[in-house]
Amino acid sequence: MIGRFIEKAGWPRIIIALFLLGLFIAAPFVGVRVDTSLSNTLVRFGMNGVMVLAMIPMVQAGCGLNFGLPLGIIAGLLGATLSIEWNVEILAKLVAWGSQYQITWLTQEFVDTWREPLGFASAVIIAVPIAAVLGWFYGKLLNRVKGDEMMIATYVGFSSVSFMCIAWLLLPYKHPSMVWGFAGRGLRTTISVEGYWLHVLSDALSVNIGDHLYIPTGMLIFFAVMALAVWIFMRTKTGTAITAVGSNPEFARASGVNVDKMRTISVVMSTVLGAIGIIVYEQSFGFIQLYMGPFYMALPAVASILLGGASVNKASILNVIVGTFLFQGILTMTPSVINSYLQTDMSEVIRLIVSNGMILYALTRKVRA
Amino acid sequence: MSDKNNNPLLQLEHIGKEYYGNRVLTDISFSVEPGEIIGLVGENGAGKSTLLNILFGMPVIASTGGYEGDMRVDGKAVHFTSPNQALAAGIGMVHQEFSLIPGFTATENILLNREVLNGSVMSYVFSDRVSTLDRDAMGRRASQALNTLGVNISPDMVVSEMPVGYKQFIEIAREIDRKNTRLLFLDEPTAVLTESEAEILLLALKKLARSGIAIVFISHRLNEIKELCSRIIVLRDGRLITDSFAEDLTIRQIASLMVGRESERKEEPEPEEPEERPIPEEAVEVPDVNLVLNPKPEKKKKKVKPALKVEHLWVDMPGETVRDVSFEVRKGEIFGIGGLAGHGKLGIPNGIMGLYPAGGKVRLFGRSLTLNKPRAALGRRMAFVSEDRRGVGLLLDEPLDWNITFTAMQTQGRFLMGIPFIFQMRNEYAMRKEAQKFIDALSIKCTGPSQKAGELSGGNQQKVCLAKAFVLRPDILLICEPTRGIDIGAKTLVLDTLKNYNKEHGTTIIITSSELEELRSVCDRVAIVGDGRIAGVLPASSPAEEFGMLMMGQARREEEEAEESA
Repeated sequence: MIGRFIEKAGWPRIIIALFLLGLFIAAPFVGVRVDTSLSNTLVRFGMNGVMVLAMIPMVQAGCGLNFGLPLGIIAGLLGATLSIEWNVEILAKLVAWGSQYQITWLTQEFVDTWREPLGFASAVIIAVPIAAVLGWFYGKLLNRVKGDEMMIATYVGFSSVSFMCIAWLLLPYKHPSMVWGFAGRGLRTTISVEGYWLHVLSDALSVNIGDHLYIPTGMLIFFAVMALAVWIFMRTKTGTAITAVGSNPEFARASGVNVDKMRTISVVMSTVLGAIGIIVYEQSFGFIQLYMGPFYMALPAVASILLGGASVNKASILNVIVGTFLFQGILTMTPSVINSYLQTDMSEVIRLIVSNGMILYALTRKVRA
Repeated sequence: MSDKNNNPLLQLEHIGKEYYGNRVLTDISFSVEPGEIIGLVGENGAGKSTLLNILFGMPVIASTGGYEGDMRVDGKAVHFTSPNQALAAGIGMVHQEFSLIPGFTATENILLNREVLNGSVMSYVFSDRVSTLDRDAMGRRASQALNTLGVNISPDMVVSEMPVGYKQFIEIAREIDRKNTRLLFLDEPTAVLTESEAEILLLALKKLARSGIAIVFISHRLNEIKELCSRIIVLRDGRLITDSFAEDLTIRQIASLMVGRESERKEEPEPEEPEERPIPEEAVEVPDVNLVLNPKPEKKKKKVKPALKVEHLWVDMPGETVRDVSFEVRKGEIFGIGGLAGHGKLGIPNGIMGLYPAGGKVRLFGRSLTLNKPRAALGRRMAFVSEDRRGVGLLLDEPLDWNITFTAMQTQGRFLMGIPFIFQMRNEYAMRKEAQKFIDALSIKCTGPSQKAGELSGGNQQKVCLAKAFVLRPDILLICEPTRGIDIGAKTLVLDTLKNYNKEHGTTIIITSSELEELRSVCDRVAIVGDGRIAGVLPASSPAEEFGMLMMGQARREEEEAEESA
């Protein structure tokens, strides 16, 4: 019974889970509150969940892990910054539509009450089409390099970040809370979303137990809805075809499936999920990080899903949930617990060892599968 | 090798093995003497391949929990954990699946890791790893090995450009070239060979045995076994059923021992879903135009319409190029395509289904078919069973129900639930139910619809491929090599299933096979392909000589052409 569970869950997950459990047990002895740690873990789980979810379509389509996630993130950043840039105009436009099309509930009062959620929605709505277009080109590119997707994806991610480093400076953003104060143009490296859509998901329906235990219910529900959407999509005819393409492209082709199209769809989905994921991340984090911000964003997401038990060509929602929880748990707990114990700052070192070690471990497993 | 005296070359005692909780071998004991040729026969899934894997120390055995029992070479107990140890002990093996390097020449493959080296200062100082190759000597050794086999293959030919039959000879030549080889295992070496190639191989094996090498020969062609082997061992369901001299057994007896249920042969598979069988009538009514254009007297007499009409088809399939093929298949007939390997018979169905670049005209019930698009062919209710089972035919990492229903789901929108065109999800319950139906009907040996296809034995995988085609409820069924690598029991079952299906549903079936006898027993008419063209179409009842003439005639014509051009 226990043996079967171990076999099913896999040793890496059990070891990491036991380590995490150990950290939670050790926490009170070094003066770290368990409930605070748990809240932090939950918050980080919700922040990163959607970006890890973005790995699933591409893995299932045989395009490998989406190391090009920064591309989707950039689309998300564009959506986020544009939603702030145009915040006033968008809200005014909504009120105007309300009176023009006789939509009784869409009044100034409604817009004022729901200003922050509307801002968040506008960020997502702007980001998704941008991500879809970028993802389409990205997919076309990956179709030309079958077999080397992950290597090419890494470079797509890196080069798009570098390209945007130039673009962030040159794009004609005007909003005073986002541009450099001294020049009056060019976006700052870090932009606060306070006053726009800070914690709009996290605080929705959130629960506070005592002073320290905080559950970001809204964000977790949002993640659950996204996960359900992906789960359902992978069960549709198209989703089934995508899985078959990942399993054996020749079989899929002989069954009349357009292999390249399915791969492109999966890449578009991954990119779109990446865009939504970063907006969720930002609303909880409180800041939009531009320039080199997205550079290493793919690695934690890749590490999480691998830690969750996915392989390079098979991934499930369960892998995402387990992996994200364990990975973010380790990330939350090791700095606080081990730093208190060792009296030095080890957090960054441990984070790098865990995430890169996990990627290394999973990629070497590929041969056996 | 010193204490050879009375000990047999190889002795097995109580060998057993379990895979994924399935017992595949139980208590196998036998011995092999030098110079003996032993025929190992059994249905697919009887455990032959597993036995070989154990003998050869393949890693798959150790990684799935090892085996039971003892193995002795020259009386000394051995336990091979890697193929290298088996090679060192003088055991050679030719696998069912080729292990050749495609980009290397015949010579390089035959002498891989045993190259003839030129001595040099460098190699003296460092090691043989830095010596250069003596290509002339290598070429000589390779051609010597190939000559021993009696085949005429250029040692400089690149393996990837060879027809399948040649590759088999290269594999065997490699084992022969090894100096210390005393025991050679051949896993279905003739399965991919044509009859004439197989004969050459058998002669070569006899010659080898006379030189003292013991041979264990696995084949589904019982007449070969009977002709070649001195002893025959029959396995059934993982048990050793018979171990006796070849003279004492007739082919019929061997067959019945293998199957073990000679009288129960009648238990035919259930005909698939007879009640829900909508042949689209309008599609059948169309082809009259064709009749008028191409009136054939015999066709009118029989009142059958052409289901498929192929005109000047060419297909660019590597190793199986089709140059210019025209033929007609009548509705409801079983049409065979035969011919030597590498002459393009496999290219015809693959081209029609759009899997390889093709051109020419293909008319289906009078309406022309878009080529180069698998979807178009599937949409016209054609179904295809590929000769490349593991490469094209199956999703090895997915469960059986996916394998069986996937094509139908994608092309016909079945096994889905929800509102069509708006939102549909796959109906896993219906998928499993359909898969279970076929598992029962074709008696596929598995743990259930959720077992992965890659875990099944070859014969059962082939049944899954057939099930996949039947689910489509095709009007025309194209089947390539339906019995390649399949045992007698499954072979009869597969062929009977096809015949029944044809009878019950009036489905037109086109079978491509290297085994002429099989085609003649099942088909109404058989076309013989030679050099990418149709050499002739004969009724199956024509005497074998006529078919032989067609194949030979083709060969003769080639020679003439060669002379002309020279």
